[in-house]
Amino acid sequence: MDRVSIKTEVLKANQEAATENRRLFEGEGTVVINLMSAPGAGKTSLLEATIRGLGGRYRLAVIEGDLQTDLDSQRIRALGTRSHQITTGTVCHLDARMVARALAEFPVHGLDLLIIENVGNLICPASYDLGESLRVVICSVAEGAEKPKKYPVMFNKADVVLLNKTDLANASGVDLRELETNVREVNPKATVFAVSCKTGAGLDAWVVWLQDAIASRSIAAAART
Amino acid sequence: MHELSIAQSIVEIAEAKAREENYGCIQTIKIRLGEFTTIVPEALEFAFEAARRETLAENARLEIERVPMVVRCVACGSVTDPVREVCLICPQCGLPLEVVSGEELQVDYIEVESVAERV
Repeated sequence: MDRVSIKTEVLKANQEAATENRRLFEGEGTVVINLMSAPGAGKTSLLEATIRGLGGRYRLAVIEGDLQTDLDSQRIRALGTRSHQITTGTVCHLDARMVARALAEFPVHGLDLLIIENVGNLICPASYDLGESLRVVICSVAEGAEKPKKYPVMFNKADVVLLNKTDLANASGVDLRELETNVREVNPKATVFAVSCKTGAGLDAWVVWLQDAIASRSIAAAART
Repeated sequence: MHELSIAQSIVEIAEAKAREENYGCIQTIKIRLGEFTTIVPEALEFAFEAARRETLAENARLEIERVPMVVRCVACGSVTDPVREVCLICPQCGLPLEVVSGEELQVDYIEVESVAERV
């Protein structure tokens, strides 16, 4: 019997596709967000609130990932924002090649911001780089304060964690500070915002942060040319 | 259940190497799987049964080396090995810890029928 050394990353093919996507996005100076959460945490509501908050000051578009239906994409288009739906069939996450295929029919030329809403799932999407510049994870208060500890990989990889549905904290019996502490334990470097897409509480701070991120990306892109 | 697509990638990588080196039947595929990943070994083994069908790894065994999660403080150098409950704040100085290992997801090697055995 012969032993043949390989030492190849299992996700190498995805990583190569992600690197290619990232090169394209950086060339365009586009900030790309990979938005992830459990189903029902409020990804699409956050998108709607973010689009309204940015108030038409930026060129932006959305790619939606779901197993079935284009309901989310319809919600985004209703706001006058370009949106493309990826339906994955049975696949529980988006990967970089799915995004590359979407880009072939949904050009992102000249965009300031592209938000990719991943399939609702706190496990599988964490393993797949899409070529994004920022990973944003939403945890709704109603899910319980322990979620970051139960799904540490997802929360560990986030640049930003949004604690949504803060209006339900009392009704859910969840201590917002405990939830935030649990996020910090698995990811001390994340930027954390407590928001409610329903009441609008806390959204201003997130929108200002995002505008700064878009501004720094434009400056970096201008410096390269 | 992303273990199926992970298992398919593992088989593809192993099979490509076996073909490149002109080997036939793959007997073992050895992988390194960190504790700080989202992959469940039992689910991966189950998915591997399906992914190996009609490939050079049809009869191969999947050997999984679990790599423990180890973290280290960049500031004070304190090391936790292995990590039992994930907390990435240094208990000594309160600064963020870096993950030293536990994120591995790699095809390490394959074992194949040697040329002599084939004759």
